[in-house]
Amino acid sequence: MTNSTTPTIAVLGAGHVGPAIARLALDAGHSVAIATSGNPGDLALVTQLLIPGAEPLWPADAIARADIVVLAMPLHRFLRMDPDALSGKLVIDAMNYWPPTDGRLPSPFNDESIGTSEVVAERLHDAAVVKTLNHVGYHELETYARPSGSVDRRALGVAGDDPDAVETVNTFVDRIGYDPVPVGPLSAGRILQPGGPVFGTVLRREDFERAVHSPAEQHRALGRAEHYERSA
Amino acid sequence: MTDQRISSTAAGGKETGFPLVLGLDTFGDRTNTADGQPLSHAQTIRNVVEEGVLAEQVGVDFFGIGEHHTDYFPMPAGDVVLAAIAARTQRIHLGSAVTVLSSDDPVRVFQRYSTLNALSSGRAEVILGRGSSIESFPLFGYDLADYEQLFEEKTALFAQLLEGGPVTWQGTTRPALRDQDVVPHLEDGQRLTTWVGVGGSPQSVIRAARLGLSLMLAIIGGRPARFAPFAALFQQALANFGRPPLPVGVHGPGHVAPTDEQAREEFWPHWRELIRLVAVERGFAIPTEESFAYETGPQGALYVGSPETVAQKIAANLHTLDATRFDLKYGAGGLAHETLMTNIELYGREVIPRVRELMKE
Repeated sequence: MTNSTTPTIAVLGAGHVGPAIARLALDAGHSVAIATSGNPGDLALVTQLLIPGAEPLWPADAIARADIVVLAMPLHRFLRMDPDALSGKLVIDAMNYWPPTDGRLPSPFNDESIGTSEVVAERLHDAAVVKTLNHVGYHELETYARPSGSVDRRALGVAGDDPDAVETVNTFVDRIGYDPVPVGPLSAGRILQPGGPVFGTVLRREDFERAVHSPAEQHRALGRAEHYERSA
Repeated sequence: MTDQRISSTAAGGKETGFPLVLGLDTFGDRTNTADGQPLSHAQTIRNVVEEGVLAEQVGVDFFGIGEHHTDYFPMPAGDVVLAAIAARTQRIHLGSAVTVLSSDDPVRVFQRYSTLNALSSGRAEVILGRGSSIESFPLFGYDLADYEQLFEEKTALFAQLLEGGPVTWQGTTRPALRDQDVVPHLEDGQRLTTWVGVGGSPQSVIRAARLGLSLMLAIIGGRPARFAPFAALFQQALANFGRPPLPVGVHGPGHVAPTDEQAREEFWPHWRELIRLVAVERGFAIPTEESFAYETGPQGALYVGSPETVAQKIAANLHTLDATRFDLKYGAGGLAHETLMTNIELYGREVIPRVRELMKE
């Protein structure tokens, strides 16, 4: 981390989610780089028109200068990435295992007792992984962002094992317009996943807390993915 | 491209030169009888033909059918249904909305729609989609993990087929073609009007521009205004690829009834149920009364209300998005066929003339 009070952000992914997060970070005064697996030259036009102010870079360059790296690519694309590229970094995992676009991912992604961010953290061994930004739809992320103290401000769940990393991410979440609600270690991040009580919702803090802390919801989200299977 | 062209407004196509086109889309949403009994798939399909014929009678410019393979959208062969409508109409344009090209063969899609074009004397259009409804992938043996490559390759081949003449092509998603004559040929000077349906991925916008295909923005939730930069991205990308400007269209869901209250009351329970069905697969939140109020309000993506309310919203969004085409996705599973016919009647006779009037202002 640098001493700067506004961490530099690298957003990896320029599909639906990446540009939305990048714009929120820019609006909050962060310096933002965006990268995909491809040539940054191909991203120039997208950046200029959709994410004005962000800098398109090669992933290695974006990561090198970033205090926070946001994973905003499809999970199956992440699996093609060299895990060492994120060595020593603070990483926000905004991804979800989404079979309709990811296809069937290998074990242990299909193991319901392990959260996908835990699998991501295991691959990244020496990065500090924090799960957030994954449970609000990309088209709603910017619509609902509000300054601190707004009455209709919404909540984003935050899960991570490294307290300093979680604290930094809490501050980031607050700056981009949401109330950060810590839900516990990375393993507790399962409650933020598809099929869980807050996935696809944009709740106010008290409603969010009620949803994640209700015993029935916890059982449903953490016990089995029955809800997801049944509805599918 | 000049800045002037990017900032041009769509008002009556004055600066872009594209005509204002106002259409309807359906996914063949399974309908009910007036007293709430579900109709058979077969009767639902026959009803769609009647809806398409009525659309022409009341002055709608385009009628589109979206490919789906589910019990609530039993509409896997929309081109066959469009052919039946073509045989009973003279003026209305007919097309897919969308064809899930990723799980189809571009050669077959081109053949089916050029056949429809022959039957309708040049009224066929195609809107290609990568498929946000993905039930066709397992059905036809495709792996969802390949969807990007499938769509990229197949759209490129489709663009090549549009040029006419023998096709030579090689890729990984279908057998190679060498000097292949693909029939039926279009009549002199004709070209299948082709769009790419885009849900918000910037790369998809650039792909459409690269291939010289028009852009159809599918906006089914949230603020439509957030798509405005996409129209600019599209026109700028066309210019960078050395292509002339192409029209931008908008597809949005809604329901028209004589009053705002009636429209909301009729649509809400069926919309909630529909989204509940697709929510798990597509990551949508289950609508609440609060979210429905937002989406049907001036900032939201749903065109639900009286003809005046819906017309105002369409005109406002066409202006904001620099678009010259709007297709209302009408219906939601469980609404009665009669209710849909009223919706179509009001859309054609009242909404469309009012939008044309508003776009001139």
